[in-house]
This record gives sequence, structure tokens and C-alpha cells, in this order.
Amino acid sequence: MFARRYVADRSLATAVFLALKRRKPLLLEGEPGVGKTEVAKVLADLLETRLIRLQCYEGIDISTAVYEWNYTRQMLYIRLMEASGTTRQEELKEIFGPDFLIKRPLLQAIDSANAKAPVLLIDELDRSDEEFEAYLLELLSDFQITIPEIGTIAAQEPPIVVITSNRTREIHDALRRRCLYYWIDYPTLEKEYSIVLARMPEAPEYLAKQVCAFVRELRALDLFKAPGVAETLDWIASLLALNQLELVEGTVRDTLGALLKYQDDVLKVGGSNLGKLLEKARSASL
Amino acid sequence: MDAHNFERLDDLSFFNRERTGPSPDTPKPGQDGLRPIAASGAAAALTPPLSPSELERGERLLYRLTEFGHLLWESGIEVGPQQLLDLAETLNEIDITNPGDFYYTLKCSLLTRHEQETLFDQLFNYYWQSRDRQNRPPDPGPTRRDDRQIRLPPSERKRLAEHLNADSQQRELRMGERESERRRLLDEQAGEHEDDQAPPQGTAYSALELLRKKDFESFTWEEVQEAKRLMAEMRWNLGLRPTRRKRPVRKGDYPDMRRIVRRNLKYGAELLELTWRENKEKPRPLVIICDISGSMSLYSRLLLHFIHTISNGLLNVEAFVFGTRLTRITRQLKRRDVDDAVREVSRTVQDWSGGTRIGEALHMFNQQWARRVLGRGAVVLIISDGWDRGDANLLRAEMDRLQHSCHRLIWLNPLLGSPDYRPLTIGMKTALPYIDDFLPAHNLDSLIHLGKLLERIDDRRPARTPAARREAVKVWQRPTS
Repeated sequence: MFARRYVADRSLATAVFLALKRRKPLLLEGEPGVGKTEVAKVLADLLETRLIRLQCYEGIDISTAVYEWNYTRQMLYIRLMEASGTTRQEELKEIFGPDFLIKRPLLQAIDSANAKAPVLLIDELDRSDEEFEAYLLELLSDFQITIPEIGTIAAQEPPIVVITSNRTREIHDALRRRCLYYWIDYPTLEKEYSIVLARMPEAPEYLAKQVCAFVRELRALDLFKAPGVAETLDWIASLLALNQLELVEGTVRDTLGALLKYQDDVLKVGGSNLGKLLEKARSASL
Repeated sequence: MDAHNFERLDDLSFFNRERTGPSPDTPKPGQDGLRPIAASGAAAALTPPLSPSELERGERLLYRLTEFGHLLWESGIEVGPQQLLDLAETLNEIDITNPGDFYYTLKCSLLTRHEQETLFDQLFNYYWQSRDRQNRPPDPGPTRRDDRQIRLPPSERKRLAEHLNADSQQRELRMGERESERRRLLDEQAGEHEDDQAPPQGTAYSALELLRKKDFESFTWEEVQEAKRLMAEMRWNLGLRPTRRKRPVRKGDYPDMRRIVRRNLKYGAELLELTWRENKEKPRPLVIICDISGSMSLYSRLLLHFIHTISNGLLNVEAFVFGTRLTRITRQLKRRDVDDAVREVSRTVQDWSGGTRIGEALHMFNQQWARRVLGRGAVVLIISDGWDRGDANLLRAEMDRLQHSCHRLIWLNPLLGSPDYRPLTIGMKTALPYIDDFLPAHNLDSLIHLGKLLERIDDRRPARTPAARREAVKVWQRPTS
């Protein structure tokens, strides 16, 4: 299914397939860096349709997520109208017409002008607040938006919705129920290896194997933040930039910053047991 | 999830195969009430005209699905009828003879949380695999009734029976209470007539005063009941924090462009009336981490009641208990009835009245929960006496991290009630520098005091410099006066 450099196992493929078939939102949860956002990107690429991304943050509201009026333009237009002396009624109609509307991601996604259903990625929903979540609830059930001045805009083709969450806040049950749920776990050794090969075809196979084995050893440790797939890829890229062909203790120590993002973790791994970890990884990759 | 089942699907064949599955003249799901139900079972057969036997099979599948839904519901995974209806329609889309796909479909349609996965897997195996293998019914009629009986394992049935009994006991208790209350009122009235010099309200009040000051440790059973009632009456408010969301106000910091334009249209292009917005405020989230180890056993049940009243009065409360390990009890405390909730908690928690490893419990909290519950300026409340049998270095590191990731770290210690108390245990000594507020929690008064403190919490960060930490320790080193 994912020819576009995304390695998915059958369970994820099933979830995505059902989301497409049933036109239900797909709720993806998982540790940071396991490829949640990537699913939406690849999906849009695969279906050859637009990807509309809405990055959530605290306090996100209608004017940044759905639509806003172009106030400056409205003001200027009124001035122009006054100068040319048109009657008031027409003015009003035009000022709150589509010309003065700035479409934000959610409105873009259900715009009836879309030829093909776009992929709507609502990224990191856990960062938004409860109010926005409640608004989404309404949108995701009907795929229509009411703008008081214009009327109701409904999607001809409901968009394919992918929602991701890092669980910094629990998503409300009401929203969960409306979605297909999928938890993306850290990949197995073989899977991570094929991800690395798919993403970094220029990496030597031996190095890729060692890197995957080493990262797996790290995840087994009791770290505050275990490295995700994104970090693995990042690390391989750094190793390639340093022209490394295999893991050497010194280089590993110097490049740990690509994998571990907390000082405690770096200290824990970079200490005396780094050699032991490397040894383990080497023997596992043979 | 099966660990080594990884495959790379390089082309669209998976999709195409599925798409050609149901032929175009199969009725579209959702057009009427009954047909998709029949079709869901028949999707396996893939032939458009449905024979009676296929229809029957479909109905049986639907029945089994509902039954499975019920089983999930009983085990605490909330599955509603809407989800089951959706699932039945969803099954039209896949080849249900493929066990893997069937499993994945059920899983992603019925589950809403990662934590439920293990339980779901067990139940799935039990219901769709092992149970069938054990006793395949010769005819479906009578066995179905049997199924309903075996569905609850014996332990569960016992619990249910206990639960029912407890209900009736409680009812009796309440009846009794009311009876005694009436009698007391009568007595009081009688007393008023006889002797006006000692107003009964006064004595009742001073009794209340005494109760509020009395240590939980020396409570009698009646007093415990009274304390529970008083706790239930307390009202809790948490300090507010500014959010990024704006709300319209008469005079604020940000112009409300939308309303400005609307309002001023009547003046042409002149902006004469200005409207404003300002940041909305919301109560901070509260995270309670309560010690239930042996040394706390005199307090822990009552404190659990206390936690229950807080979490029902406030919106955003997460609760954890620990002895040797950490258990999240937020969901259990969601039950309205205190006694139900406490019973539910004690069923879930494995390490009542055991040893204490505060460091390890906090480590687990920091690892697994801090990122999920400490966002948005949370206030953390640790309730413990600090008798720790774990590693002091670990405790120090974890307290440091915890303090850094929350807005306010409050430690309630029941032992602090005694004026001679000094934090001398290793655990308490280690934790002390990282605590923003070190408060007693031994009687009702201290809880009321806590309530006032929580209400006062504002945006200001407490001082967390090394100097402030040394000062905090020094305060407690002074000899008792």
C-alpha cells in the first residue's frame, strides 16, 4: 500500500483502509517520532490529493482554524464605496461576501470547490484546549460550517481526516468515539531496518543494521525519552555526514545528541556502559 | 500486537482486492435499518442474492458481535450501541474470513485508548477463539443462556453480590441515621424548653470545632463518618491560570476586530466604538499523588475520601496512589458514590499497607504520566509521611524533575500535625528542598487550610533557587520552641 517510502504493518494498513472506506476520522496516538504525521502526508501523496494541515496550539480559535474576515480590505472597500456613493444595502452584501473571507485550514478542507476530497491533518490535537475539541466534534460529524453572514457551507466530498495526539492531555471520550483509533508503537527491529533503508537508500546496510540494533538497545533502557524513528533517521543522517561506515564508540558518544534530548539520558547512556551497549548492538546486527 | 508480523506492501494490490470485494449491487450500508445487518454477515460469501442460511449466519454474527460488545462493556471498555452499529457496517468493507483483518477491524473500531489494548486482546482471544473451542454448541438455543452465566468469572460474581449487599446495608445505615437525627432534634427541642442557658447549637458548634482539630489518627468510627460528611460539604476552588483563549470584555488588552467592524459599519468607515478581548482564565489542573503504604494506613482511607471529594468538586483532577508502585485511580474515582469509588480503588490497587518506595513511584510518575497530566500549569499535591525505604539519590533526582515540571509542588504530611515534628527521616530530608509548600494533613482544619491555599495560587512562580532551598531546609532545623 505505501509505496511512498512508508513502511506500515498490516494492522495500520487496515486502520487506514477502513478510515478511507468508512470516511471516519483516524485518531493516531503514539510516542513522539514514530511517524504519526507522516501517515497523513503519505496518504495525501498516495491519493494524489491536497494535504491541509492544521497545527493545534492552546487557544486556537475560529479565526485561526476556520475563517476570518479580511478587515483591512473591508475597511478600504467601505471607503471606496463611500467615495463612489453606492447605496448601503449592496455594500453590506458585498462586504460580507466570499471575496472578503480568509479561509483557514478547516474551511479549506470542506470547501465545495474541492475537486477531490483532501486529506485534513489535525496535528497534535492534545495541544488545543477543550473548547476547540468541542467545536471539532460538531465539524467532524456533519462536515459543514456555518458562517452567519454567508450561510452554511457543506463539503461535497467529506475530507479524509487524520488526527494525531501526543497525549500531553487526554482527548475527550466523545471525540475518541467518533474516530478509528490506532496506537503506533515503536517498530520492531526488522521493520525499523526497512524504514531506514526506504528513507535513506544511501546508507550502507551494515551501518543501518547496527544503528537499528543500537537504538533498540536504547529503548530497552529506562530513559526519560526513548528515541523515536525520527531520531533514528536523524542519527543515521548525522553519521553519514561524518562519513562513518560503522558504529565507533567515540563517534557515537559525540553524536548522541541526535538521539537523546535530555541531559540525564545522555549521562546515563554516555557513561561506562556505552561500550557494552555497542557490543550488544554489534552482535545483534550480525 | 504480533511483534514480528511486519510486511512491506509495495503496491495497491491490498486495496484493489478489497475494493472489488463486495459487488456493486450489494446494498449500500446505512440505507435502511435492517439490510446492512444481514449483509454484514453475508459479506463473507460475496454473492449478491442472499440465501436464507446466509441471512441466518449474518444475524448470528451480529448477535455475537453485540454479545462481545457487552462483554467489553462489562470489563470496563465502554462500547456503545452506536459503535456496534458502525462496526457492523464497517465489517461490510473487509473480508471477514481473514481472522487478522477481522481482529484489526474490531480493534480499531471498538477501542479508544491504548491502555485498553491488553484487556481487549485477552477478551478477544477468550471470546472469539478459546471459548468457542472449548464448547462448541450443538444447538444455539440453550447454550446461549449458558454463555450468559459463564460470562462473569466467579470472582466478579462475588463482587457483584457484595456490591448489592453493601447497597442494602448502606440504605439501612442511612435510615438509621435519619432516625437518630430526628431523635436528636426532638431531644434538642426538649432541651431548649427545659434549659435556655445552654443553647444546643453552641454545644454542637464546639463539638464541631473539636472534631476539626482532632487528629485523624484518633478518630472513632462515628467521628470518621462525621468527618466524611464534613469533607463532602467542603467546596474546592483552584487558583486560576490565564489561557491563550480570548473572550470579549468591555476593556481589555486586545482589539476584537470582528466586533469592531460589525459595530462600526453604521458609521461608514470610521472606527468609533472599540471592543476588546482579554485572556480567559481557567482553573489549574490538580494532580494528587497519595501514599498508601503501611505507615500511612491510619490516614489513607480517610484521605482517599478526601481525594474523592476534591476530584468530584473540581474538573481537572488526576489522582495516583503508591506504596511500592504507582497506580492511577482517576477513573475509579469518577464514580459518584464515595464508598463505591473507594471500594473500586482498593480492588485495583495491589499494594495497600505495604512498604514505601517514594523515589521509584515518582520515577514512574515522571516517566509515564508527567508529560500527560502536568501540562497547563498543574499543581501537584503529594500526600505522604516520607518514610521511604528506597534509594535517596533516586528520590532527589525525581523530586527535582517533578518540581521543574509543575507550577507548584505541595507536600502534605500527616505527621506535621504534631508541634514537635521535625523532618528527620531520610526520605523527608531528601525531598524537603524541592517542596514549595510543606503542610500538615492530620485533621479537618488542615484540609480547610489547604483549600484556602489552593484557591490563592496565582501566576507567580515560587522561588526555586538553591538559596531558597537551603532556607526551606533551615526553617525545619530550628529546635522546637
